[in-house]
Amino acid sequence: MLVRLSAAIAAVCLLGSGALAQGAAKPTDPQIAHIAYTAGVIDVTAAKQALAKSKNKTVRSFAADMVRDHEAVNKQALALVKKLHVTPEDNDTSRALTKQAADKRTELAKLSGKAFDRAYVASEVAYHKTVNGALETVLIPSANNGELKSLLETGLKVFQGHQEHAEHVAAGLK
Amino acid sequence: MSPRRCLFAFAVVVLSAMKAVSAHAETIQIVMDKLVYSPVDVKATVGDTIEWVNSDILAHTATARNGDWDVTIAAKKTVSLVLKKAGAIDYYCRYHPNMKGRITIAPK
Repeated sequence: MLVRLSAAIAAVCLLGSGALAQGAAKPTDPQIAHIAYTAGVIDVTAAKQALAKSKNKTVRSFAADMVRDHEAVNKQALALVKKLHVTPEDNDTSRALTKQAADKRTELAKLSGKAFDRAYVASEVAYHKTVNGALETVLIPSANNGELKSLLETGLKVFQGHQEHAEHVAAGLK
Repeated sequence: MSPRRCLFAFAVVVLSAMKAVSAHAETIQIVMDKLVYSPVDVKATVGDTIEWVNSDILAHTATARNGDWDVTIAAKKTVSLVLKKAGAIDYYCRYHPNMKGRITIAPK
């Protein structure tokens, strides 16, 4: 998943570097809002799959934390785009993220027990690492609106915590 | 002293004692902002009130490692707790285990 997601992020990076080359095409605020929101929805969906499949207390509690936090951040994001009169705009990166997440879900659906727990948590570590990298290097620097930038920065702080949390859970499953 | 006067005197003593306690007890604020407790290390005395102010858009908890208390603070809310037992308490957020704090509670 990391590799595939990195490809998606590379697409964002290309958009970014294209912007430098052509003086256009870095992700716009409506696109950034869409990417960030999509990334949140993906993690909530993954967590719900884990809640449906896992019996491990630590994994379930981690998944519940993901649902709670990502829904809270996305609620805030929706309120912000409404306030700013911004309509999130679908884009290639969002579509790539959604497609890869669906593939991952199918892959995880075939697993059960400890194999599922390990694969889910490993995927969460990789996913948060990739999303955090994209936030740091592409999305936050590209955001024009101050409030959007600030929400993305809060998101980054939250998701860095998730990454550490996921790494900790992963270590406990070995 | 008649029983009634005695009761009155007792009530006066109790009320003044309560006043004395409330005058000495402090309220200490700990803000939760961007997944950090601030101040992270607090000194208090039994009877003091801790007021956790959650400035984040996420829910947090203040959960004592020794099981003494477990407080949940919704996003943008404040919750208070009166400290009843002395001790050095390490606490954390159950939802974000990287958030850690400490309250050292001196006996009264």
